[in-house]
Order: sequence, then structure tokens, then C-alpha cells
Amino acid sequence: MAERGETIIRVDELTARYGDRLIFDRLSCEVKRGEVFVILGGSGCGKSTLLKHMIGLYRPAAGHILIDGGDITSAEGEARRRLLRKIGVMYQSGALFGSMTLQENVRLPLEEFADLPDDAMDAIAASKLRLVQLEGFERFYPSEISGGMKKRAAIARAMALDPAILFLDEPSAGLDPITSAELDQTILRLARALGVTFVVVTHELPSIYTIADRVIMLDPRVHGIVATGVPQELRDHATDEWVRRFFRREAEPVAAAGGLA
Amino acid sequence: MQRNAAAKAESASRARLRAERDAAGALRLVLSGHLDVDSTGALWREATLAARGAGRDALVVDASGLVYCDTAGAALLVAIEREQRAAGGSFAIEGLRDEFGQVVAMLRPSEAAATAKPAKRPSFLAGLGRSTLEVVSDLRALVSFVGELSVFTLRVLRHPGELRFRDAVTVADRAGIGAVPIVALVGFLLGLILAFQGAIPMQRFGAEIFVADLLGISMLRELGPLMAAILLTARSGSAFAAEIGTMKVNEEIDALSTMGLEPVRFLVVPRVLAAVAVVPALTVLTSAFALIGGLVVFVQLGFPPVTFANRILESVTVSDVVGGFAKALVFGVIVAAVGCLRGLQTGNGAQAVGASATSAVVSGIILIAATDGIFAVVFYVLGI
Repeated sequence: MAERGETIIRVDELTARYGDRLIFDRLSCEVKRGEVFVILGGSGCGKSTLLKHMIGLYRPAAGHILIDGGDITSAEGEARRRLLRKIGVMYQSGALFGSMTLQENVRLPLEEFADLPDDAMDAIAASKLRLVQLEGFERFYPSEISGGMKKRAAIARAMALDPAILFLDEPSAGLDPITSAELDQTILRLARALGVTFVVVTHELPSIYTIADRVIMLDPRVHGIVATGVPQELRDHATDEWVRRFFRREAEPVAAAGGLA
Repeated sequence: MQRNAAAKAESASRARLRAERDAAGALRLVLSGHLDVDSTGALWREATLAARGAGRDALVVDASGLVYCDTAGAALLVAIEREQRAAGGSFAIEGLRDEFGQVVAMLRPSEAAATAKPAKRPSFLAGLGRSTLEVVSDLRALVSFVGELSVFTLRVLRHPGELRFRDAVTVADRAGIGAVPIVALVGFLLGLILAFQGAIPMQRFGAEIFVADLLGISMLRELGPLMAAILLTARSGSAFAAEIGTMKVNEEIDALSTMGLEPVRFLVVPRVLAAVAVVPALTVLTSAFALIGGLVVFVQLGFPPVTFANRILESVTVSDVVGGFAKALVFGVIVAAVGCLRGLQTGNGAQAVGASATSAVVSGIILIAATDGIFAVVFYVLGI
């Protein structure tokens, strides 16, 4: 395995549009191997859009995204499949396949890509579910478990082929604080023990302070990144007023709402 | 209901409006009482009409008599203010309690919203261009879908190990075995009705024995495949679209793509192959039950069943049966492919899933009818 600290994802002058609306204007950033990299920003600033470009679902208007040296924005066929093997994605809703049990969901990537005997696949799938504390739920269907369990199962599925990079889209959205904290611990454990690189989209402040090695903050006003750094530092020393307010969870100062006329 | 209406009437009477001109020529609207969602509704028209009377003169709303004002009441005040400012007159509210004033302030449109220009309506040419682009990109999507489907189907036929066999069997079970009761019922009734309606005029010429010929040829060659395909569209084409559409909405299709599993290979190919496998069987079933229905009428007309069998064997040719089968296979591909394509094209939300299911059935039936027409021409030219 390659060294920690080297660049594993390089976003190079990414420009993205929805129709006529400019989302990113030549956005560049780098993710280092083994770190937990958090993409921050208010609602609707393009966090998920950046993530979906990184995982090759959206084609950018201009620019490149290199995953471990390979350009995912232009790769086709076998080259693309090789790049996709390096990544695992947990979608906002979990996106588990409803017609399959948790075990079958986790097994699916193994069946398709790994040349393994049946019992080995079962064992690996079961161990991935154990990794996210879902032992005993192998035969449950996604509709029979809670939201937090779905997200954990989705992480297990994303981990099925032991990818180098895991992308998590809002892992703690809609979860209670305890479940959300447990999910944070799972992420940290995987990052520290297995050296997995995490790219996480979130806006849960407590979670950011716990897991993030580095954050970037997106801002629609500049169509790109307004701040980069360690969360504690950004909270205390950010030059941008809006970034500081975000970290301190302060509302926009409201113009004095007094009497009328 | 009645109590509700009574409560409304009571609350409506709790807000009062009076309009008057003061010495300086300004229009004063005196609002008093309880301005909530019910009473505001009753006053809205009267109040805005009265406010319009101010024109370019000053308008003063005297709210000192207001004991209560919720967001509905505040919306009325804001609406009057906006209209008055648009007309070019001055506006003021007097005597409004501070807490209500804060509600009004929250509802005032922000400066940014007030100055934002509404989106320009595209000109005719721009609209034409845009819809042309849409049609072109639709066609491109269709072509690439058909291409992808063909490539993956051929690959699966060459390496059957790549087929999601269990998925295909599940689909075949649901689309095929599950359809047996309705196909049998519709087939039987169709045969019964066709034979009965045909027998009435034929009886006048003593030709009712040919009811068997009529039924045999029309069912095996034309109506059997058509009915089976239409029933399959309604039952399964819509189901494919809804299933895949829901997967799209739940990001499951995205999940497949990022796992490197092509949705067409993974979801569409098993469904198309399953449909191709079951449609001929459903066609045979439709025709068989139609013949049984016809036989019932035939026996009622006083003929023995063996005559029915003889007539059918004599009139129906092998090419009728083979032609019907060929149609059934093609219909199967169309129904499944259209259902899946519509599913993959689903936009966002529950409504989009419904629209996809509808569109799968509509375009499925249109395509079946058109293809049936093409078959008729081809068979005619080939002399079948």
C-alpha cells in the first residue's frame, strides 16, 4: 500500500453548471491518502454536486478529477471500472437494494468483481456487517431496519471490496445524536485501523470536530472554496465572517425589526 | 362541518374594517378586532378594494384597535402596502402593537427579492430551439439505450454465466405466472364474445359453422399476441418502470453505476429476457382460452366439439401460428425495454415515478400497435 500523506484525489480546475447556473468556477483541491476530508457548506452550495463529480456520476463542464492518478472524468470502459474499484460510496439515503437482504447487498460487489467461492463471500459479507455493528441482521431487508442501521449497512456495502477511498454523503443527516456519534466512531476506526481515506459531506458541527482532519468550505458566492483547514482553527481564526459564523452556529444578524413606517 | 362553519362565521365577525377620509385628504383604513386566518379571509377583498381607493393619495392604516394579528393578518397589511407603493402613494401603519409589527417585518419581501427580475419568458425561437434540443437528446438517449441493450444482451447470450439468472426467474414468475389468471379470463371472454357476435350475422346465412375459422385465424394470428402484449404492458411494463424509477429516486441506480455495475446489464437485460420468455407462453394461453370460450358458443349452436377442432385444424395454417409467435417475441422485447427505459429516465420524486409508469404503458401500447401494423405489411408482402 502506498504511503499516507500523498495526494490520492486531485480536483483540478473543476467547472460545473446546472443548465445556465454556474456551480463551480475552476475549483481545485486535494485529498491526502488516509485522511478524513470533510466538504462543508450551507444547504444548496454544491457539496453533493462536488461529491458526485468526484465519483464520476456527473461529467464536469471543464476540468479534471484524478483518483489515484487516473482521470475519472474521461475514463471509459475497463479503465473506468478499475477506477471505480478504488472507491466506495455511501449515499444520503443509503441506497440499499430493497429486494435484497443486508447480506446480499454486501455480497453483490463481491459476486460481480471478486473471484471467490460462495462460502468465502458469505464470510466476508458477514465480517463487513460486523465491522459496522450489524451482526445478527444479515437476513434482514432494508425496509425492516432503522435509518441509522441502513446507513451503516450502506458503509458495509461500500467497504465490500476494501476500496482505498470511501465517500459518505451526509452520514449523520436525520440521525439522533447518539447514533450519529456511533457512526463517527465507526468512521474513525476504519480510517485509523485500515488507512481508508474518507471524503465526507456533512454539516453536522459536532461530527466535524470529531472526525475531520481537514475541511473545505464551499460558498456559492465565490462558486468554489472559501476556506480550507482544520475545523478548530477555522472556528477561531477564519478571516471570512461567514465561515466564522458557520462554525460558531450564529444566525445572520437580522436588521433591527422594529416598528413600521 | 356545521360547527366549523359556525366557528368561522363567528371569528369572521371579530375583525372590522372602516374606511374614511381625514382632514388632510388621506385615506384611513381603520382595522379593529381579531385579525386571524379566518377573519382576514373575510376582510381581504373588502380591505384591498378600499385601499385601492387611495390611489396616489396617502394611505394610513389605523391598527390601534387590533387586539390580535397573526401571519395571515400581517400578510394582508403587507399586501396593501405593496399595492399602495406600486400605485405611487405613501403608506403608513399607525398604532400597530410592537409584537404584530415584528410579524409584519418578517413578511415584507426582502430588498433582494423586490429588485430581482422575474425570469424572462423565452421567445418563440428560443422555445423552438430548446424543444428541438430536447427531442434530439431524447433520441440520442434512445439510440444509446438500444445500443447498450443489444451489446449486453448479446454478451449475456454468449456468456450465460453473466446473466442475473435469479432476477430473470423472479421477473418471469411475476410477469408470466402471475399473469395467468387475467390472461385466461380475458382470453376466454374475448373468444366467447367474438364467437357469439360473429355467430349472429353468420346464422342468417347458415354459415355459423365458420365461427370456428373466424376465431382460429383471428386469435392465433392477430389477437392472441396483441392481447398478451397489451396485458403484459399494463401489468409488467408499468411495474418495471415503477420499480426502476423508484430505484432511481432512491439513488440505487447511482449506487449501481459507482459499483461499476451497468444498470442496463444489471436491471434491463434480465427483464427483457424474462419478458421474451413469457410472452409466447401468454400468447398461447390467451389463444387457447379464447378457443375454449368459442367452443362454448359453438356447442350452444348445436355442433359437436369435434367439428370445432376439425374446422380449426383445417383453417389455421402453420404460418399463422409462426407469425403470431414472431410477433409475440418482438412485443415482449418492446414492452420490457420501454418499461425499463422509462424507469431509467425517471426524474425526482414520487410524482415522477407515477409519470414513468404511465408513460411506459402509453408508449408501450403505441409501439405495439405500430409494430403490429408493420408486421401486417411485411406478412402481406411475404404472402404469409
